[in-house]
Amino acid sequence: MMTRAWLSNKFGPVVVVVMAIIVVWYGATILLNSPFQKDIYKRGNISNWTTTQLIADTMQQKRPVMPAPHQVMHEIYKTTVLKKITSKRSLIHHSWITLSSTLLGFAMGSGFGILLAIGIVHSRTLDKSLMPWIISSQTIPILAVAPMIIVVLNAVGIQGLLPKAFISMYLSFFPITVGMVKGFRSPRVLHLDLMRTYSASRWQVFWKLRWPAALPYLFASMKIAIAIALVGAIVGELPTGAVAGLGARLLAGSYYGQTIQIWSALVMAAALAGCLVAIVGLAKTMVDKRMGNTSVGANS
Amino acid sequence: MDSAKNTVIDAKDLSLTFETNDGPVHALSDINLNVEEGEFISFIGPSGCGKTTLLRVIADLETPTAGSIMVDGLSAREARLARAYGYVFQAAALYPWRNIERNVALPLEIMGLSKSERDERIKRNLELVNLAGFEKKYPWQLSGGMQQRASIARALAVEPDLLLMDEPFGALDEIVRDHLNQQLLSLWNKTKKTVIFVTHSIPEAVFLSSRIVVMSPRPGRIHDIITSDLPRDRDLDIRETPEFVSLAHQVREGLREGHSYDD
Repeated sequence: MMTRAWLSNKFGPVVVVVMAIIVVWYGATILLNSPFQKDIYKRGNISNWTTTQLIADTMQQKRPVMPAPHQVMHEIYKTTVLKKITSKRSLIHHSWITLSSTLLGFAMGSGFGILLAIGIVHSRTLDKSLMPWIISSQTIPILAVAPMIIVVLNAVGIQGLLPKAFISMYLSFFPITVGMVKGFRSPRVLHLDLMRTYSASRWQVFWKLRWPAALPYLFASMKIAIAIALVGAIVGELPTGAVAGLGARLLAGSYYGQTIQIWSALVMAAALAGCLVAIVGLAKTMVDKRMGNTSVGANS
Repeated sequence: MDSAKNTVIDAKDLSLTFETNDGPVHALSDINLNVEEGEFISFIGPSGCGKTTLLRVIADLETPTAGSIMVDGLSAREARLARAYGYVFQAAALYPWRNIERNVALPLEIMGLSKSERDERIKRNLELVNLAGFEKKYPWQLSGGMQQRASIARALAVEPDLLLMDEPFGALDEIVRDHLNQQLLSLWNKTKKTVIFVTHSIPEAVFLSSRIVVMSPRPGRIHDIITSDLPRDRDLDIRETPEFVSLAHQVREGLREGHSYDD
């Protein structure tokens, strides 16, 4: 009964999933690294190796095909806690660079996405003319566009954070626009009629009805947008010559076969995305509370 | 009728035809109606007789295809822009993200009233519908009857001389409905507002009204207008009196003649 209560609380399921991932990860480490390890034994003329030794050795290669979880954790520990934040080898330094362009791009994308949605909802012409372009903008592979954006912006003198943020924005405005168009159109006819009997202006209808009605859609869209804004920032770091950021760590790692470095950057990116989505979720809860827990209760 | 009283509604040869895929639907046909200040008018009829449509035309939520309609001496559109009426819908239509107090505040914010004026009107009108103490509750925390009362308070807070009510108590049980009918009647008696009330209940129409407009369907038209000489000040017991029963009978006969009971 104790275990059942523990499983049903908030952290139980999370811990179980994390443990399952770690088990599968260790299994993959043994499986994927043992051919190379056996090769090493052969070349070193070591023939009396045991399975236990093989398993132990697969987890301490310098450049493994698949680093073991503890190797990745050790690398993360080494590059976060043991390095000064100002150091070029600090993962926190690189994470911060990626995070700052993610946040800037996400803010720009949200603003732009909301503005587009407002235009689309209020103008039939914009609705007809913009939507196809917005959709086709997302069918272009971002990896193909990213270098061009960087080069073009560099040519007009925009460097540093902004080009990367621009790529994040390019990816993140889309779910915001699609979600908010739906949200702004979600008020019921009855609620719109009511505004008409008050002879409310378009802006009053927007601020007092369409905007609050669209907020649940905004948060759902923002959860997607902030995660892909992070992807955009990482992708944007690849063609800049891998100077700094998580993308740079990924690229540098692959140049030099530093798989442990690649994986630690990946884990860091995943953790970052998780935190960002959780922050959006927290903001949603706070707004829900101020709006009378609308999403829980009412249908009126 | 007292000739010194102002005409609030003046409809002449009013028609409204909806074009649908199955051909035109004659929602309203040749409506002629005069409503004087201070009257309580009920529109009664079966569904599809155009009673709600007529109310929506008065409110400028629908545009007639022929004829003319004047509200307060203005066109329906001008009257709406001048916020000449308060409208109570079939459903409470409260905004779920606003608490009761802020729902009542909604039209007042749109009208640009000051905070103190808003607060005063909210307090007074919530007291009027017996909802004092529920200011901070959200709509989903209230019963259906309380929600509808809040929506009436919201319409009254605009302080219109004309109140348009579209089956406001249709979804409520009979006990709550009786209670709200009495409250509405005493409110009408106190404030001398003009009320136009859509219903499909004969007792409700007779109990509330000074005149009953009997409507019939296909095409939606006025079949008869019955004037009630029941006293303005009435309570629920009046429904047992012969006068009441005879009026109800007249209304029922009118509905029958208008083929309201046919299939």
